[in-house]
Amino acid sequence: MWSRDRWQEIFETLRKNKLRASLSGFTIALGIFIFVTLYGFGNGLKNAFQEFFLDDATNTLWIYPAQTTKPFKGFKSRRNIEFKNDDLEDIQNDFSLFIEGITPRISRGAKVNYKTESNSYSVRAVGPLHQSIEKSLVYAGRYINQIDVEQFSKHAVIGRLVAKDLFKSENPMGKFVIINDVAFKVVGLFYDEGGDNEERIIYIPYTTQQQLLGGTDRIDQIVLTFRPEIGYNGALQLEANVKRYLKRKHFIDPEDPAGIYVRNVASDLKRNQDFASVLQYIVTFVGMGTLIAGIIGISNIMVYVVRERTKELGIRKAIGATPKSIIGMILHESIFITTVAGYLGLIAGVGTLTLIGDKLEDFFIYNPQIHFGTAIFATFLLIGFGAIAGYVPAKRAARIKPILALRDE
Amino acid sequence: MINLSDIHKSYNLGSNPLHVLKGINLSIKEGELVAIMGASGSGKSTMLNILGMLDEADSGTYSLDNIPIVKLNETKAAQYRNKFLGFVFQSFNLISYKTALENVSLPLYYQGLSRKQRQKKAKEQLIKVGLGERTHHIPNELSGGEKQRVAIARALVTNPMVLLADEPTGALDSKTSYELMALIQEINDKGKTIVVITHESDIANMCKRIVYLRDGVIVEDKKIKQKKAKDYVE
Repeated sequence: MWSRDRWQEIFETLRKNKLRASLSGFTIALGIFIFVTLYGFGNGLKNAFQEFFLDDATNTLWIYPAQTTKPFKGFKSRRNIEFKNDDLEDIQNDFSLFIEGITPRISRGAKVNYKTESNSYSVRAVGPLHQSIEKSLVYAGRYINQIDVEQFSKHAVIGRLVAKDLFKSENPMGKFVIINDVAFKVVGLFYDEGGDNEERIIYIPYTTQQQLLGGTDRIDQIVLTFRPEIGYNGALQLEANVKRYLKRKHFIDPEDPAGIYVRNVASDLKRNQDFASVLQYIVTFVGMGTLIAGIIGISNIMVYVVRERTKELGIRKAIGATPKSIIGMILHESIFITTVAGYLGLIAGVGTLTLIGDKLEDFFIYNPQIHFGTAIFATFLLIGFGAIAGYVPAKRAARIKPILALRDE
Repeated sequence: MINLSDIHKSYNLGSNPLHVLKGINLSIKEGELVAIMGASGSGKSTMLNILGMLDEADSGTYSLDNIPIVKLNETKAAQYRNKFLGFVFQSFNLISYKTALENVSLPLYYQGLSRKQRQKKAKEQLIKVGLGERTHHIPNELSGGEKQRVAIARALVTNPMVLLADEPTGALDSKTSYELMALIQEINDKGKTIVVITHESDIANMCKRIVYLRDGVIVEDKKIKQKKAKDYVE
């Protein structure tokens, strides 16, 4: 069936019917091209979305103390709850199975000087784990470490824009900045993809800050990361357990809606992921639509091609072509055209996406790409449907009496 | 060679069937040149279709070289047509995008011959019909007479037992018609059995036997003295 003669016959037919061949080829190539580019754009949109919303670590719980709203066990209502270092340790010990790490955060505004330059920045007093929560990328020196915390070191890690504002072209590493009249040595520089505000921050050890605030052990909030294995439901469970645990410890009515607030990034993440899947559905829908349009296009062309060739097929039958060879010839031809054209469309589409690359970031399309497997699947789908679309009229043409076909002027 | 006995054929057109062939008995021997004559509606096209295995009779028997032609499926019919029969049509029915040589070699392609053999045989056949110089022209570049010669070459290239010609001169002027009949007579003289369907009596008179058909029956079947077409050409 796939003999050299058959190929020669097909090439001859195609060469002498260039318009017909290029028309059906063009339909296929265009279909695949549009599919690949649209699908790629859809993926780009999804990437942009992920870039925007999924920057920080996603397996985190943010825990804030707040005013109570109910009296409980002799305590009055409207009591201010405060976290202390021992809350940190207790959570760490009692939930060690579920927790990856934990850090406090004490945020204060501060006036910061270097030589004659001075500015106001947000100073965050944190533990070492904080780096992974904010995804701070240290490009020089190091982050706050455990030794800093234990030794109350006056070390600071400053954001890229802080360094730019205060130090201009000077290298800040090892220099001293004055934060609220206390000298801190710069031990690290970081940048953050979350935006400019994230790079106008100074990190210092939380123990140092507590000492400077008058020897307190209060902390503003607790941030913990849980093991990703526990999953979305596990995270909700952990959230509830931590809340109940802290309420009991601080004598808060279990029914009190206030007292302790927990923000679970997992639920945010879930919502964002749901939105991302909706985007994915839209992308898939657009892709399917394009493919169906392509399939209808190639079907029309095939019906037309067979119709146009009715007489020729009748002649072939009269001089000895079997129905099988007629069907085989048409299928072979259409599969050949669709394969070549589909491949060209695929190359053109992927080429276009690569060419566009990052140029459309202003339109929220980041890195538009299509999975190789998806593209190949779509191409084969079109080839398959092209074959089916050719098969039906080919079968009818093969059954038609040659004498009728021959009278078809 | 050809044996038709008591062939009946009717078509269903609406409520009442149209009885086209009403018991045809015909026997054609090897080497004959038979004209089948009749007005339109006499059933001659239907008879050709049955002879050419393009259609099947309702009842009666048809045998070709003692092979019964009965209940053929499409594939078998196609193979028999390819092996036993050569067709020539009024409207030539050449494939328009193929050259004369490619048209002639096409039946051999369906016999599974190699390309070289196909081209060699097709070329020989084209030389025999006097078109040795025009092998690489497509049908549109050929005159009507030349097209019909290509069609004859295509019909003969497989060396069939019978050549069936359906109004072969119907689309040609009389001079070209006679030239073509001269070619057909020449082929017949070499021993080929030929059946010509025509409604022109001068063409029929160039055959060796005339079968008259009217309203689905054979009304007359006579051997005649053949008029040589060559005498009319010059």
